[in-house]
Amino acid sequence: MTTLPAALTTVSAALPTALPAATAEGVVAATAASGVFELAWLLVALPLASAAVLLLAGRRTDRWGHWLGVLASAGSFLVGAVLLVTMLGAPAEQRVQDLHLFSWIPAGAFSLDAGLRLDPLSLTFVMLVTFVGTLIHVYSVAYMEHDHDRRRFFAYLNLFVAAMLLLVLADSYLLLFVGWEGVGLASYLLIGFWNHTLPNAVAAKKAFVANRVGDVGMIIAIGLLFATFGATDFETVFAAAGGASEGLLTATGLMLLLAATGKSAQFPLQSWLGDAMAGPTPVSALIHAATMVTAGVYLVVRSGPIYAGAPTALLVVAIIGAFTLLFGAIIGTAKDDIKKALAASTMSQIGYMMLAAGLGPIGYAFAIFHLVTHGFFKAGMFLGAGSVMHGMDDDVDMRRFGALSTAMKATWITFGLGWLAILGVPPFSGFWSKDKIIESAFATNGAEGWQPWVFGTVALLGAGITAFYMSRLFFMTFHGRRRWHDGHGAAPDPDAPVRHPHESPGLMVWPMWILAAGSVALGGALYFGGFEYWLEPVFGHTEHDDPVLPVPVLIALTLLLVAAGAFLAWRQYAAAPVAVVAPRGSVLTRAARRDLYQDDVNEALLMRPGQYLTRSLVYGDRQVVDGAATGLARVVAGSGELVRRVQTGFVRSYATTMVLGVIVLAAVVLAFRI
Amino acid sequence: MSASLALGGVAAGPLVTALAETGSTSTAEAVLFWVLAPVMVLAACGLLFSRRTVYAAMSVVVVMICLAILYVAQEAPFLGVVQVVVYTGAVMMLFLFVLMLVGVDASDSLVETIRGQRWLGALMGIGLAVVLVSVVLNAADLRPQGLAAANAETNPVGVARVIFGDFVFNLQAVGILLITAAVGAIVLTHRERITRKVGQRERAEARIAAGGRLTPLPAPGVYARSNAMDVPALGPDGRPLDISVPRVLRVRGQERSVTEVHLDTSAAAAATRHLEAADEGPGPVPGSGSTPPQRAITGEEPIR
Amino acid sequence: MNLVNYLVLSGVLFSIGAATVLLRRNAIIVFLGIEMMLNSANLAFVTFARLHGDLTGQVVAFFVMVVAAAEVVIGLAIIVAIYRTRRSASVDDVNLLKS
Repeated sequence: MTTLPAALTTVSAALPTALPAATAEGVVAATAASGVFELAWLLVALPLASAAVLLLAGRRTDRWGHWLGVLASAGSFLVGAVLLVTMLGAPAEQRVQDLHLFSWIPAGAFSLDAGLRLDPLSLTFVMLVTFVGTLIHVYSVAYMEHDHDRRRFFAYLNLFVAAMLLLVLADSYLLLFVGWEGVGLASYLLIGFWNHTLPNAVAAKKAFVANRVGDVGMIIAIGLLFATFGATDFETVFAAAGGASEGLLTATGLMLLLAATGKSAQFPLQSWLGDAMAGPTPVSALIHAATMVTAGVYLVVRSGPIYAGAPTALLVVAIIGAFTLLFGAIIGTAKDDIKKALAASTMSQIGYMMLAAGLGPIGYAFAIFHLVTHGFFKAGMFLGAGSVMHGMDDDVDMRRFGALSTAMKATWITFGLGWLAILGVPPFSGFWSKDKIIESAFATNGAEGWQPWVFGTVALLGAGITAFYMSRLFFMTFHGRRRWHDGHGAAPDPDAPVRHPHESPGLMVWPMWILAAGSVALGGALYFGGFEYWLEPVFGHTEHDDPVLPVPVLIALTLLLVAAGAFLAWRQYAAAPVAVVAPRGSVLTRAARRDLYQDDVNEALLMRPGQYLTRSLVYGDRQVVDGAATGLARVVAGSGELVRRVQTGFVRSYATTMVLGVIVLAAVVLAFRI
Repeated sequence: MSASLALGGVAAGPLVTALAETGSTSTAEAVLFWVLAPVMVLAACGLLFSRRTVYAAMSVVVVMICLAILYVAQEAPFLGVVQVVVYTGAVMMLFLFVLMLVGVDASDSLVETIRGQRWLGALMGIGLAVVLVSVVLNAADLRPQGLAAANAETNPVGVARVIFGDFVFNLQAVGILLITAAVGAIVLTHRERITRKVGQRERAEARIAAGGRLTPLPAPGVYARSNAMDVPALGPDGRPLDISVPRVLRVRGQERSVTEVHLDTSAAAAATRHLEAADEGPGPVPGSGSTPPQRAITGEEPIR
Repeated sequence: MNLVNYLVLSGVLFSIGAATVLLRRNAIIVFLGIEMMLNSANLAFVTFARLHGDLTGQVVAFFVMVVAAAEVVIGLAIIVAIYRTRRSASVDDVNLLKS
């Protein structure tokens, strides 16, 4: 056990992998795309065209529209797979390619081309997005079967896939921003898909507004880059970033971080994610667990060269990640809503990724690694949750579940595999990625003494809490005593609702099986396949410092904490009876149920002052601005009222005035002898 | 026209003395002025104060004729003639026509509608007079040039040279103005026909359709000793036909009954009336006749 | 006699005409007052022509007469039109143009 990681490293190095390490320490420069890579535009075009057809053709496509959506997504996946295979066959020097699409903004001296950047990082995302996306498309065909607007749902899903692919493939910050806004739009549309009920519409609006706050950071960052380098494409910016001042890079890095916190639901812009669960469950699985919310991590990782010159900004990234990691985990322990508990878990897991990204180049690869594995097991668990809801009449309260393992076997098994993966139990996926992050957090990275200890401890603690809340979720849903009533015999609890749980149809179960397989094996496969080296053309090669504690000790500690957390959860939620109605709970529980008062803080710090500000502005507008206007009008009207008396309508009065004027004029002539 | 112009020139002749040399007018002109000026001011006051509109208009005519004389005296015989012909002759007559149209006796009411306007207007008038006269008196220290040179080819020729020389475009513009005014007057006084025109045929048809009497009304009574409009004729049945008396006399109650002109006839009429009275109940006593006219018929009574 | 006397007469007539406009209510008399003012102005023009030895003054007076003729036509037409609709020739009855 002690030598396991080291041995694995040796193995991976010794393997005649298809991924020879980049020869240079540095990053591989982009070359013009050629060959099959010239077809990369299909990645974005297919789902976009499908979305356009579904949205524009209207009800005529109701009968087959969903299959068109699935096909478009699958087509994108196929193109992506071909590109991946081609790239795997290419030497490391040719793995960063740039596909020029068209001249986008030719404005005088400034000219920006729209292009796609094809490198291991973007292709990783392409595979994640299209593979998980396609599975979720298939799942949605069954899940949304009885929805009147299924075609519209698929149009939005396609739109999301296109925008997300554009986001990860863009070769400039500006084009990335287009995709960034596109996924924001798709997210908004899908959260509010059932917008005929008010809370859904409000949740969509909340997500939209929170994302706009992040977008401001994005816009400022792009503006800073443009003002400094006169360009926004990655190639130019990254090449010039080394020569820029640290202050500027720090400012840019912090602004990019703000954008990332908005999109990735990190502190302090995380509050929208829980409410985003108002959308259909496949949306939660695809957008709010597997792909879109990881865009922030992508942004930070992609902007590595900028952060390389801004250690302060990088430290802030790590702190934000660590804080959100604990924050989300604590919220997760108290939520009774299965989807919201998973959302809190997502928040926490993305915190892990942010923490890893904040550790600098050594963490980038692990952040992406965890992102990929997390995309699989979290999407699988979300689909499982959707399956449970499907069987339980769309109930989401785990306190009314329990003992579903017998009724929904496939869901139970797939969910259980995902559960083991997120816990980090070897050899499931999560172990490989999360353990690496914990190790990196404990590594010194040439930083001051306190950082490894703090970040490492937080990551370690987070693993324990994760184990607790995920096990709580798992046990409350699938084990313990039944807290629903099947309509036969005596009810187990007077509050228990009548439910008839049943397994979901095949179209829903098969995607869950595939994702579960990924949860089991993907981590190990990628680890031994040399995922770390795969990304080297993008991040460059970095020597890993040794952790402050020996690696075996760390692994042991992690597993110990995970086991402890899972045991606690078992004792409390599987062995002991669970109340159907939530008990009042401790102060911390109540706080965690309310998202640690983040909404209240937001309301107190931002919303109320904002409302006071607008109210006072309105008051000022009414009293001062309007007052000035109406006052002026009143003065005019009043004087008009006075002058009105002169306007008698009698011709003779007017003639009198004229004669008076003549007299005055003549008198003036007389007086001054003009 | 030319004769009058020549007349004007002749009339002006002796009055025009060497103004340029003396800077003053001849005594004859002074006499003329001092005779005419009071007349003009009085006539103007007549316009201001007369209650009757026609008097006011005639006062203005007086002022204008006096002005024409003054023009002639001021070496402007052409203008003098134009003043008489155009202004007094045409414009003032137009005024009189409209005056008749509007109503000659439409005189002002004595009640002033605008409060204080009378005093204000008087004050303004006096103030204007004072100011204007002061201005004139202040500025009048001019050396008069006289028009002897300008009028060398006679005044109308001189005026024509100026009008058709320097002012030819103004003349054209004024011509356009006059045409516009004529059209404007037609438009302003035009009355839109909003109903269909009713002709003789329509009237006759309407009358027959109304079912009234189509024949002429019977003439009033013609008797041996009385032949008057106010006595009804007797019908074939010996009864008086009230309708034969003009409607106006009947409305005024100036109708006379047959009794008053011939007793025999009245007896016959009374007999007929008695028969009717028997049907209607107690009627008037036979022989007493109908009610006498309430007003005595005098010769002066106008019959309209 | 000084030519100023003519100007004084003109001023007096003008003032009387103006007073007529201000004081009388019959539209026709008001109009006559306006004609009086125009005529007094003409007298002043003719006098000025004589003062300056220039016939332009007389020509201007001539134009004043022509324009006055046009004005009389329109003015009287307006008076007739108003009289038709309102059965009144008083300028005080035409006071709708007020607030």
